[in-house]
Amino acid sequence: MTETILATHGITKSFGALKASNDISIDLRPGEIHAIIGPNGAGKSTLIGQICGSLAPDAGRVELMGQDVTGLSTDQRARAGLGRTFQISALAMEDTVLENAILGAMGASGRSWRFWSAALGDRSLRTRAEAALERVGLAESMTKRCADLSHGQRRQLEVAVALTLAPKAFVMDEPMAGLGAEGSKNLTGFLDSLRQEAPILLVEHDMDAVFALADRISVLVYGEVIATGSVDQIRSDPRVREAYLGESA
Amino acid sequence: MSRETLFNAALLLGLIAVPAWAVMMDEPFTITLATRAVILALAAAGLNIALGIGGLVSLGHAVFFGIGGYAMGILAHHAQSYTPLMEWPFLIEGTKFMPVIWLLAVVVSAVAAFLIGLMSLRTTGAYFIMITLAFGQMFYYFAISWSTYGGEDGMSIYIRNDFPGLNTLVPIQFYGLCLAILVVVLIFTARLRRSPFGLALNAARQVPARVEAVGMDPMRLKLVAFVISGVITGLAGALFADLNRFVSPTMFSWQFSGEIMILVILGGVGRLFGPVAGAVTFVALEHFLGGITEFWHIFLGLILLAVVLFARGGITGLVAGKEATHD
Repeated sequence: MTETILATHGITKSFGALKASNDISIDLRPGEIHAIIGPNGAGKSTLIGQICGSLAPDAGRVELMGQDVTGLSTDQRARAGLGRTFQISALAMEDTVLENAILGAMGASGRSWRFWSAALGDRSLRTRAEAALERVGLAESMTKRCADLSHGQRRQLEVAVALTLAPKAFVMDEPMAGLGAEGSKNLTGFLDSLRQEAPILLVEHDMDAVFALADRISVLVYGEVIATGSVDQIRSDPRVREAYLGESA
Repeated sequence: MSRETLFNAALLLGLIAVPAWAVMMDEPFTITLATRAVILALAAAGLNIALGIGGLVSLGHAVFFGIGGYAMGILAHHAQSYTPLMEWPFLIEGTKFMPVIWLLAVVVSAVAAFLIGLMSLRTTGAYFIMITLAFGQMFYYFAISWSTYGGEDGMSIYIRNDFPGLNTLVPIQFYGLCLAILVVVLIFTARLRRSPFGLALNAARQVPARVEAVGMDPMRLKLVAFVISGVITGLAGALFADLNRFVSPTMFSWQFSGEIMILVILGGVGRLFGPVAGAVTFVALEHFLGGITEFWHIFLGLILLAVVLFARGGITGLVAGKEATHD
């Protein structure tokens, strides 16, 4: 029954007269990358908000590992195994790279209620954080302040913080945003191997990356999923070409 | 050693050397001034945890200061008039014993901070400031109308309360006690800042969305910080009342909330010794400028303006530069 790790069932959300999500049902299966694409204003961010818990759907539900998490808050969902990255880097800019990663390790291990011992002195937190930083290639920059990082490094740190959670599923909101060709290629390679650890729901504008990575693609237009399928199916779907790829394909 | 560490050490040394000098020169008034500075620093150190690390601009910290003051006033008042605090359902008598007074100050401040925090943390920005201010005014007017305990006039306590092993009537001994408490609180704050909780709280101020996304509730972190903060300021209130041997509703006033905040900003928001630098400067200005002109607050205002405009790290920032990256 746990064929799906993460699923939405008939999620609907309106802002006034605007239906930002209209009966959206998508799922994420073990080992896959499921990409969500769609033109600007299609409702991708609204969808992510409802999956991660910052927005409550008007109707429908969200399931993680077969459990209904619709009523859970963002932090509860994170503890239940949802690891997200933000479209615009949400990092503690005054803190160091290592501290940001430790923050993730703390949340995952529930060690935030310690008032006396030093966070950086906690072996297990530190091991976890350093391992994640090493994997994304930030091992050299651990003591740098986040504010001093390049944009690309911040994107890497976003992913590293999600890694520290060892989540059941990743939800990544445009991880390639603002990356150059080189950075985009590197991250694509990394995400490619990451899917074995936990499946990834990927919202992305970079079509090269999407076509290279996605096992399945869902196309969101005006708050509705108009098609779901493999890369080839989506590429050849006339509705998709008309609605979205028309200009670029 | 960083410049900030040196600056902090110099401040601490001054807090030991100046009163020591005053004892030798037989200048008890200087000791009283130093005690005032140390207690105000303690009150500000409390606010510094909420404001400096948690980013909670509380304009209601006088609530806790006043609670501490009235905890002392009420217990000591009953002790000196030999009347019980209450007889039913069980007998509670007043006391002149400082540790018990502090315990009451701390417990009531914690409960008040928890309830106030629970309600005001739903808001942010200007609304948070306004709600904390409103709670402050509620307590202020309650104290004014509480005629059992002096109402508007407050209460005088004739003899300073006792601490085992000390003669608190000797100024330097009471000063030593206050300084010891301040040092303990500063050590605790230093540890807190580097602890997992401190790291999480610091991040909750900068990017609450991130903190949520890694599985922590920023509201709860801030609430706990608010309680810790209120408890420390409450303890300072009890000491302040003992210094003056007088308690009045002024301790609850919003002007006093503002004053604590000025101390923090003057000394350097979020800096470990910021409250100390701020309080020492404030008391010195109050004394020296206050001796020259009644309108010394104008100069305080100008200095504050200069600090806010040109030295965002306050006096600490001015002397020690920007805060170094921890580790």
